[in-house]
Amino acid sequence: MAKNPNRPLSPHLQVYRWSPQMAISIFHRATGFILSTVGMVTLLWWLSAIGGGAESYATFQKYVVSAGESATGFEMAVNWFFRLLGLAVTFSFFQHLASGIRHLVLDIGAGYELKSNRTWASAAFIAAFFATAFVVLFVASRFLGV
Amino acid sequence: MDSRTYIGRVRGLGSAKHGGEHWLKQRLTAIGNILLTTWLVVSLLLMPNFDQATLAQWLAQPTVAVPMILMIVNIFSHARLGLQVLIEDYVHDEGLKFGAMALLNFYVVASAVFGIFVVAKLAFTGASA
Repeated sequence: MAKNPNRPLSPHLQVYRWSPQMAISIFHRATGFILSTVGMVTLLWWLSAIGGGAESYATFQKYVVSAGESATGFEMAVNWFFRLLGLAVTFSFFQHLASGIRHLVLDIGAGYELKSNRTWASAAFIAAFFATAFVVLFVASRFLGV
Repeated sequence: MDSRTYIGRVRGLGSAKHGGEHWLKQRLTAIGNILLTTWLVVSLLLMPNFDQATLAQWLAQPTVAVPMILMIVNIFSHARLGLQVLIEDYVHDEGLKFGAMALLNFYVVASAVFGIFVVAKLAFTGASA
């Protein structure tokens, strides 16, 4: 079918006032994308590092967890890049989990009333935030000696 | 050459009977993912330490290798369904869409088989690496 670029587009994200209900929708999609790319590749890297032996696991730890005391500036930068990715994947996991559960509840026909819809959308964000904070504290205390 | 519009061609033919399949599969794998990833998160929180030897011994157990393989299959199926929707929504050129779908299938199948192989190798040949 021929496309006419001059045809009007339907209004998109930028014209709406942000609310928890609409934010959670696009966050579900964005976090799903992060999980299915960065998240799944990291999972495979972790598994194959375990299977690959002590040396390959040390490489994984050096990049993703801690570059260690004697790290060069470049190694530190790479380490922080992976840490930020790890934080994004962790938040994405809990966000996608919480909004996914919300989707399953909506699928049975519950939670469409304006007030409860808004409440549970906010609750999903809050749950994801606290779960992520918990994991960050867990990692910091177990691996980084904070 | 059929000069009717797409909608005109299908009107009156009834349902293709496949409409709900993608939707339902996405929900079923979602429920599986809730169970399996919760298992993984709880297992990691209870792990005594994160040395390679400890993790390899843990992963080589049948009671860990089996849910891990199930989790890989389930996660990658769910991701395939989700990324398919992203491609359908955002890639409008038919050729590009076909290429993106092909790449998506290569990516998820190759990655899942790789992950399953890693876990199976550990489980079958022991954790001495």
